[in-house]
Amino acid sequence: MYPKNLISITDFSKDDYLKIMKLAAEFEKEPNQDLLKGKVVASLFFEPSTRTRLSFETAVTRLGGKIIGFTDSSSSSVTKGETLHDTIRMVSNYADMIVMRHPLEGSARYASQISGVPVINAGDGANQHPTQTLLDMYSITKTQGSLDNINIFLVGDLKYGRTVHSLLQALSVFENPIFNFVAPPELAMPTEYKRFLDRKGIRYFEHTEFNDIISEADIIYMTRVQKERFNDPIEYEKVKNIYILKNSMLENTKPTMKILHPLPRVNEIHSDVDSNPKAYYFTQALNGMYTREAIISHIMGLK
Amino acid sequence: MDKALQVSAIKDGTVIDHIPAERLFDVITILELDSCKEMITFGTNLDSKRMGKKAIIKVANRFFQGQEINKIALIAPHAKLNTIKNYHVVEKRVVEIPEEIINIVKCFNPKCITNHETITTRFNVVSKKPIELRCMYCEKITAEKQIVIK
Repeated sequence: MYPKNLISITDFSKDDYLKIMKLAAEFEKEPNQDLLKGKVVASLFFEPSTRTRLSFETAVTRLGGKIIGFTDSSSSSVTKGETLHDTIRMVSNYADMIVMRHPLEGSARYASQISGVPVINAGDGANQHPTQTLLDMYSITKTQGSLDNINIFLVGDLKYGRTVHSLLQALSVFENPIFNFVAPPELAMPTEYKRFLDRKGIRYFEHTEFNDIISEADIIYMTRVQKERFNDPIEYEKVKNIYILKNSMLENTKPTMKILHPLPRVNEIHSDVDSNPKAYYFTQALNGMYTREAIISHIMGLK
Repeated sequence: MDKALQVSAIKDGTVIDHIPAERLFDVITILELDSCKEMITFGTNLDSKRMGKKAIIKVANRFFQGQEINKIALIAPHAKLNTIKNYHVVEKRVVEIPEEIINIVKCFNPKCITNHETITTRFNVVSKKPIELRCMYCEKITAEKQIVIK
């Protein structure tokens, strides 16, 4: 039984996650496979994106499929006032699958109810970005050997960062994860996620300092602390330089530890980290293409 | 003063009592009583020992099903239903918050798609006390104080 859509990371079961990991590894060995030959994939980006759109479109191309769509809403009928409902009804008549990014939250779930063909959510506002989570999981699997027993440090904006919330939910189904939350009080992990971990009996620790505590980490997952998230600009000025990862901080970390970041990065990882073998964020972005080939194949029931 | 004298009695039908006074018109809207052809009497700002001010609605010849009446549980969680037959109370019921709330409440999230297109809202009730509703679309939680009727 194949899931019909991927809207939220929790739509997939642990078996789905593991299958995606296995397929992504296969696509990494052989990226060009003609599984989508004769199929059309609609790539509907109602707001701009670089990595996600290009890696999806590359994934479709490497699978032998054709792409239709638009790269931002100004080149679609949305500018004429067309509703999302009507756009999806029409496009689902043309294409065999829809990949969609939209600024409104819940838009992808709504599209999946209207569409007669599978929908993959490529980001719906601040809500969900499940393909990012799956590529994060593939990066962890590749570098740590499995998704079990991972001690992960989530750093930066843990309040609004959708990637950290989805990753937390996904890793919670694996054996013995340990979460360390490193954030200023204004951007701390929301209570609902801490309650979720409490209910599952999963260990987590909260820190406001970002220093040698990272020596135990298997993964450091960095996110950006954005100025516009703070009501008080003075509070931002106080913390803006605390959550920056520098090469000197990595001395006592585990040799197998890797640094992930969903990108784009601004200044939260100093450029002197880039040449450290523990820096993994650019390879992580490449993993996104294999992971998206895997997701498309899984949802279309091709593998 | 006896409340029966404030709002006249009905022979057959339903009395909905212990409605918060400020929610009377929301209850009327949710139960679609504005388009009901039967005789309806209501009173509001009645003294109540427990609630301070309360409202009461009496609908002649209408008998509500559980699911239908549970729609008001979000805004009138202490409401009590008395089924009246031949001027006598033959059944007393309390409302229960359902597991799913369909097309009654607005999502509090201004960036939720349901606030931008014509969509039937759907929420899962994740907590009943205090009430917390998770939007099926944007997945955000609407808390009890944020509940606005569509």
